[in-house]
Amino acid sequence: MSSFIAYTLFGLFSGAAYAIAASGLVLTYATTRVFNIAHGAFGMLLSFVFWDFSVRQGLPVWLALALVLLVVAPLIGWFIARFVARGLGDAPASVSLVVTVALLVGCIGVTQQIYPPASRSVLPFFPDKIYTVGETTITAHQLITILASILVAVGLYVLLTRTRIGTAMRASVDNPELLRLFGGKPDQVAALAWMIGISLAGLGGILLVSVVGLDYYSLTLLVINAYAAAMLGRLKNLPLTFIGAMGLGLLSSYATGYIHVDGALSQLKNVVPAVFLFVVVVALPQAQLRVGQVKGIVSAPLPKLPRTMGWSAGLLLFVALLAGSLSEANLLLVGTAATFAIVMLSLVLLTGYGGHVSLAQLTFAGVGALTYAKIDQPNLYGLLVAVVVTAGVGALVALPVLRLTGLYLALATLAFAAIMDKMLFQAEFAFGFNGVLPAKRLSILGTTFTSTGGYVFVMAVFLVLTAWAVLLLRRGVVGRMLLAMRDSPAACGTLGLDMRWFRVGLFALSAGIAGLAGALFAGLRQTVGAGDFIYFQSLLLLLCAAVFGVTSVTGAVLGGAALMLLPVLQSDHASIGGLLFVVLAVGAVLLARDPNGLANQLFKLGRWLERKIAPRIRANLPSLPGSGGDRLEADLEPTGAKTEVTASEGIPAHAH
Amino acid sequence: MRTEPLLSVDDVVVQFGGVTAVNHASFVAEAGRVTGLIGPNGAGKTTCFNVISGLQRPTRGKVRFNGRNVSHTPVHRRAKRGMGRTFQRLEAFGSLTVRDNVRVAHDIHRGLLGLVRPSKGDVDGLLERVGIAAYADERADSIPTGTARLLELARCLAGDPQLLLLDEPSSGQDETETDAFGELLRDLASEGRGILMVEHDMDLVMSVCDVIHVLDFGQVIASGAPADVRSDPVVQKAYLGYSDESDLPPVEETRTDLQPVEATMTIPAVRP
Repeated sequence: MSSFIAYTLFGLFSGAAYAIAASGLVLTYATTRVFNIAHGAFGMLLSFVFWDFSVRQGLPVWLALALVLLVVAPLIGWFIARFVARGLGDAPASVSLVVTVALLVGCIGVTQQIYPPASRSVLPFFPDKIYTVGETTITAHQLITILASILVAVGLYVLLTRTRIGTAMRASVDNPELLRLFGGKPDQVAALAWMIGISLAGLGGILLVSVVGLDYYSLTLLVINAYAAAMLGRLKNLPLTFIGAMGLGLLSSYATGYIHVDGALSQLKNVVPAVFLFVVVVALPQAQLRVGQVKGIVSAPLPKLPRTMGWSAGLLLFVALLAGSLSEANLLLVGTAATFAIVMLSLVLLTGYGGHVSLAQLTFAGVGALTYAKIDQPNLYGLLVAVVVTAGVGALVALPVLRLTGLYLALATLAFAAIMDKMLFQAEFAFGFNGVLPAKRLSILGTTFTSTGGYVFVMAVFLVLTAWAVLLLRRGVVGRMLLAMRDSPAACGTLGLDMRWFRVGLFALSAGIAGLAGALFAGLRQTVGAGDFIYFQSLLLLLCAAVFGVTSVTGAVLGGAALMLLPVLQSDHASIGGLLFVVLAVGAVLLARDPNGLANQLFKLGRWLERKIAPRIRANLPSLPGSGGDRLEADLEPTGAKTEVTASEGIPAHAH
Repeated sequence: MRTEPLLSVDDVVVQFGGVTAVNHASFVAEAGRVTGLIGPNGAGKTTCFNVISGLQRPTRGKVRFNGRNVSHTPVHRRAKRGMGRTFQRLEAFGSLTVRDNVRVAHDIHRGLLGLVRPSKGDVDGLLERVGIAAYADERADSIPTGTARLLELARCLAGDPQLLLLDEPSSGQDETETDAFGELLRDLASEGRGILMVEHDMDLVMSVCDVIHVLDFGQVIASGAPADVRSDPVVQKAYLGYSDESDLPPVEETRTDLQPVEATMTIPAVRP
């Protein structure tokens, strides 16, 4: 009995901390319509700052707390509202997701840069004060946390219902334009919401840090608990959010205390919040189609067939040269880049054309790798099995949420990734707890590619084939429909398109492509484990896609190479490891609003070069026949020629 | 023999929080006829359209289409049963060309597995019919508003609907275009299609419609032939302050075609 009370107390304590963090999330979302994926990351960053003030600098705890929550956090919130999140609420869900994922990665980068890995700890408040009631004990820290959550609840209630600015906040939820017409200041309201939101994230983090430990990732990902609680309140209802948080706290605590099972479910207690999130998202009512969305995204030009063939041959030739000259270790890196590029292609289809965001793309790659590793003699059929299994898993994830779009679909994928990461990948039938599986090299028509160079070349062939498939889809009926659905779901609905099944199909296809990448990766590495597919990597993948462009094959290939280089650079230059995350994050924030990314800048540069240089070359070589000009320019201009030619012919006719 | 009208809206109520946008509205639209739905801004016309096409669930009430209760039928299935609509705030597929917009509608109509793809002739024929063939190769987000409205109509027609719901189809058009548009509407109705049209251009409404329903504060305050509605004192009172009803409140131009817009499910709070 006493243990039950102890677990209940602990559940209430953690629930109270979740509630504080979740209410900040709800406040920001309800006021600005930006769902801050980085909410937990800000809590993590502020916990480190709190450690700095209270432990390293030795300030009194109350002063450190006040400085963090009343000065540092509001400053960060103001900065975000002013420079990052402005106008984000009106952007498509995919844009605000990318930007807040970038904030998450940026927070981790900043923290790693300022506070490099070391052993640090934060004591609970009043560590020696422990009260005993009957047979159970309660610490002062737990009491303070529960009290703080009550104070936050009351404070938010008073703010939203009894003050002018609170009324303006609620008004801004419905219609910021109207608020502006009536003399309100939506920007100020948004800034205040961000300041309070970040401050509450900090408070939640600081209250939990003595239990969770001062760690970059675990505090960041605690936010899943906050998401789950906030979802119960449908991101706008604070009382329901509090109830959700308390329920989740208790549920997790009881799961820790009472669920003792072996096998696949042994890790169940770790994924209670993710399962809770998934269930809540699934139970949400059908989203009504919104009318009047932003539309008409200018996509990167589609290359014509000869260009595609030329580029493909070029890429294969390049990889063949590398395969013959690089060392084994570097070849593995090239193979890894090819893997990431194929996964990026799955995002081109899903996000670039379809407008949906997945935060679990590498988890799908993991499913493909796992399936592949389980096959005794992997050949093309085995590869196909891996693809089909992953596509099936993708469909299974999308099915329950097929009625939902945007943010909710993305959160469902995040919950899925967390569940796979912490439970199923660790299970005995999968990779095993912290384990790895051996995998064989792929054999095609009886030929096994045992040399790494040969295998990497095969991977490049698959990359090219996948790119062709994606481009083929884009050109045809499916591509037109994908763009139509992205531009106006409402119009597609009233034209008679059942988008739910289309979405499941798209999701499955995209997962299948990621599965292909994972399977090839398993064959490349010959050993794979859950550690190769942790879901934080999926977030980095999304950012690379945003930076390099998620609407073109070029963007996918460059993004794949960049994602492969990131950890290499980080281990070569450990002192700026965090800074690299920050650079990536800043790039993603800057480029998020243009889904074509850096690839499109390359195309533009190519077009510009063409305009500037091509006439001059023609003028200097007057004897050339006009029809052969293009090809000769390509030969004369080795550095930029291919880009330039691709872009010139790729300009869609309607862009003139 | 069918005695039931093609579309009947039966005692529909829509509430947004405390605001009643549609208040026990009932009206019908017949096949082969042009039915007008008019009323001041914020009267609930577009909300009615959303209820009919399935984009908005009514708080209560029924929608019957073609002899069936479609109140709980999803949007896309209503479309499959022969409902087509255009939007007050444009919903053209901005990143596709005008021709591809119509092509997508064809594809949707025939299904992904339909083996017969629309020929360029089919698509261009439709563009020709609504008079925008000259824009076929332009991106839909770069054409003028009036043209985009016609594009939405052409896109609807690709699905060969029995009922056309047109939300302010003539705004953005000049006088000559409006005249041609009126003829097109008569022509479409003569093919046996029912047309239900929200429109602010009173000249067009009075000359083209067979029946007019007047909506105010979400209620139908008058129904009848154009001449009767025009002389109805209740209708005149609804438009009070505007002595000549052909000079009704100006059309509220809520968007130009490139501007990002908010969700439109809120109704304008300001009334003229």
